[in-house]
Amino acid sequence: MIPVPPAIQRIPWKLIAILSGITGFGLLVLYSAAGGNWSPWALQQGVRFLIFLTAALVIGRFPLRIFEDFSYLAYIGVLLLLLAVELLGFVGGGSQRWLNLGFMNLQPSELMKVTIVVALARFYAQLPPGNTRTFTALWPALVMIGLPAALVMLQPDLGTALSICIGGVVVMFVSGLPFWWFGSAAAVGAAALPILFSFLHDYQQKRVLIFLDPESDPLGAGYHISQSKIAIGSGGIGGKGFLNGSQSHLDYLPEGHTDFIFATMAEEWGLIGGLALLFGFFLLLRWSTRVALKARTRFGQLAATGLTMTIFFYIAINLMMVMGLAPVVGIPLPLFSYGGSSMLTIMTCVGIMLAIENDSKTGTRRFH
Amino acid sequence: MPRKKLPPITEAFRGITFTRRALVVGGAQAAVGVALAARMAYISVVDNDRYVLESESNRVNLTLVPPRRGWIVDRSGKALANNRVSLRIDIIPDRLHNKEMVLGQLQTLLRLDGDTMERINRDLKAASGFQPVAIKEDMTEAEYSSILVRLPELSGIAPQRGFARNYPTGAAVGHLIGYVGAPNAEEYQKVKDPLYITPGYKIGKDGLEKYFQDMLKGQPGARRVEVTARGKVVRDLSTQPDVQGKTVHLTIDADLQEFVARRMGRESGAAVVIDCQNGDILSFVSMPSFDPNSFSDGISSSEYAWLRADDHQPLINKATRGLYPPGSTLKPVAAIAAIEHGIDPSERHTCIGGYRLGSRFFRCLGRHGSVDMATAIMKSCNSYFYWVAHRLGYDAIAPTAKLMGLGEEFQLAGSNQRFGTIPDSAWKMKKYDQPWSASDSLNAVIGQGYVSVNPLQLAVMTARIASGRRLYPRLVNRQFKNDPLPFSAEALATARHGMDLVVNEPGGTAGRSKLPLDGITMAGKTGTAQVRGLNTGNGKAGTWKFRDHGLFIGFAPVDNPRYATAVVIEHGMGGSRAAAPVAKDFMTFLFDREKAMEALATFEAGWGGTIKERMDRDYAAWKAGASKPDPDLAQ
Repeated sequence: MIPVPPAIQRIPWKLIAILSGITGFGLLVLYSAAGGNWSPWALQQGVRFLIFLTAALVIGRFPLRIFEDFSYLAYIGVLLLLLAVELLGFVGGGSQRWLNLGFMNLQPSELMKVTIVVALARFYAQLPPGNTRTFTALWPALVMIGLPAALVMLQPDLGTALSICIGGVVVMFVSGLPFWWFGSAAAVGAAALPILFSFLHDYQQKRVLIFLDPESDPLGAGYHISQSKIAIGSGGIGGKGFLNGSQSHLDYLPEGHTDFIFATMAEEWGLIGGLALLFGFFLLLRWSTRVALKARTRFGQLAATGLTMTIFFYIAINLMMVMGLAPVVGIPLPLFSYGGSSMLTIMTCVGIMLAIENDSKTGTRRFH
Repeated sequence: MPRKKLPPITEAFRGITFTRRALVVGGAQAAVGVALAARMAYISVVDNDRYVLESESNRVNLTLVPPRRGWIVDRSGKALANNRVSLRIDIIPDRLHNKEMVLGQLQTLLRLDGDTMERINRDLKAASGFQPVAIKEDMTEAEYSSILVRLPELSGIAPQRGFARNYPTGAAVGHLIGYVGAPNAEEYQKVKDPLYITPGYKIGKDGLEKYFQDMLKGQPGARRVEVTARGKVVRDLSTQPDVQGKTVHLTIDADLQEFVARRMGRESGAAVVIDCQNGDILSFVSMPSFDPNSFSDGISSSEYAWLRADDHQPLINKATRGLYPPGSTLKPVAAIAAIEHGIDPSERHTCIGGYRLGSRFFRCLGRHGSVDMATAIMKSCNSYFYWVAHRLGYDAIAPTAKLMGLGEEFQLAGSNQRFGTIPDSAWKMKKYDQPWSASDSLNAVIGQGYVSVNPLQLAVMTARIASGRRLYPRLVNRQFKNDPLPFSAEALATARHGMDLVVNEPGGTAGRSKLPLDGITMAGKTGTAQVRGLNTGNGKAGTWKFRDHGLFIGFAPVDNPRYATAVVIEHGMGGSRAAAPVAKDFMTFLFDREKAMEALATFEAGWGGTIKERMDRDYAAWKAGASKPDPDLAQ
């Protein structure tokens, strides 16, 4: 046997293969969406992936301790950034989400998706076991989730706010808070839906209503969903073939390279391509779930579960949206959609989970 | 609710809870994943057919290619209406996004004037959805390519290389042929034919174009193209050529039609020429007329206003819709009726310059002395016919007039006739609830009073007198029985003889209008119709509107009638002065074209050019005048 140097052994080849597989497939779709061109999307996306992947691998070498120690600081920092967005962020695409840092446009709400999970994991890791079923276990978490979620809703960005909430709630759930709290919260939430609905912006309300009855606006907001379903449905089992999708190439599918990229892919690759991509995501999530189950520290367990959920939420909401199962909310498909912010978030999650994985390989497990 | 006392939570217990709950979360995620896969399989397998169809209908756009319209040709196959290649651009209102910008660009690129912009804006307001609005037709290659180059920035603009209706003789056939135009929203609602909202498609709007619409329209071609969501054509998929509409053959003689129209000059009136052998209408002219070419191109509002404002009424077909008192042109008919009712044509009556009826004295045009029937026609002696009418009563004459086609509505393609009145006692009782009086008879017999006819009827009447048969006018090859009239040969011969004298005997009222030909003579009868009572002037001068109408009926050659005609010159002051010379020239044209054209050239030099030259000049002058007092309109 050829001896493999430990430095190379330590590189998570399997994970890199999964990530590259998904992104590589995405690059083919972007190449096709640009009418058979590497520009303007595919090449840039590829370069960006390489940079972020390297960054994730580097983050993964950091000791886990650092993330735990800096989690509150990071949380407060990102919260301040969100406040700054409210105060001096600029308006783009009808909502106020970005901070212009000069060299790039930063979207702090994306950072919050990661930060909230890490901060809550830290909180529950520190919480004495005996307090798990007390009010002490509840209210700080609710405040920590509520503040950023409210700020993001003000932007307004319903998708990201939901993502922050779901990441936080999952951390609360796996940290062992009483089951019935979630059950009753869900019941209250369901009852309060009409009230919550009234807090939504007009255009968000419209999206929800149109989602419930797409025929009411076939040329307006319902257009996205129906064209997306046409693209997916017309692909059939085998698809129309690479570079042969008419829906995306003839501009019938809006946002065919970002939010609706799955439809672009499904039209040309069919059900087979769709299932392959789902399988890729399954492998990624299975890896991250295993990282959580094998984590050596409680912080690692909770953070990994929450980050898995964050990635999953992206995938699930995006796919439900393009298949007409959810209203149109601006959530990209991880690694697949063209765009830097979401890839940055996903790769940060992956990096932190790599750190958790490395941590559990080095030390002894404290839990069963 | 009393709750069960739970065991204290230890780190180990918390670890187990975590594992269990993490598996629940993972399981839920897996379930969602499976649901998504199932949903995708459902859409792409079960609903596949439906979505394939929808994506195809997205991708492929079926564009109709407007069919070329069938030609309308004259008796010898010469085109009265044909097609020519036309470059055009339209606006599809639904695709017009930046209206101000696009219209502004078009205005500069194509140098559209205020008139056109006004029409475009009006059409845009009236148009529905995808119904195209014509911007400009008959563009030059340079204009067309200047638009093509800028097409990407001009949303909603549809350029097209198509065919446009063309009328080679312009205004000469305006009332006869009618015109075509883009279908309006109502017409589309009626048929729901997608062709009706295809740019460049025209339907017949008036006259024969409308009447023969079904024959002329043809079959549209189709062009399957791949289009983007914004409607941009990516490539052609397949094309099916159009089928041109059928040709309509008319009985009209195109050259004669044009000659007659030109010979009418600046007068307002109508002239109809009928072939005495079969009722073929050889010319069917009403002047002044509109140029159907300008209607086909989408007439500008100011040109339409100009036509409407003209007191010579170029928009009314006077040949079928102009009603006139026929005046003395009715005398040959009265003569036939008189003979049929037992009056000997050689019986003489003495004209003393009028006829006394009770206390009223009905005036004659002169003091003709002792006249027989033929002379009475020749000299147009009113007294003689007053005497006849007083003796027989008009109820004896009216049926003959009706048999001659007066007061009758003919089955004539594409015409919309007003058929006037041949009065009798029953008619008067019904209409005015008054008995017929002897003075009514006297007025009616000289074609005044209640009598009104249109020029077409007069021409038919003449053709029937000339042929002795009950001819029906026709514009297309259509079979009528054309039975002989139930009159004695003597009656018809007397009427014809009288008409012969009118033109060819010294002292006849149309003596100056003898044909300048050897061996061919024309018979005729002049008529002068009072427009108003004599109290508004004597009808021979003064305001144009109050002058008498001049009428003439005639046929030629006298010995073997072939062509019959009727001419009405509105406010021409007298049949011999205004109408007969026109008839003389176009009758000459039928036998000797060169001679007639020489005469016409002299006339047109005096009138200021051909019909089109005069119309263009008049329009320009009118526009200049009309725009001065109202500066808003010019913009």
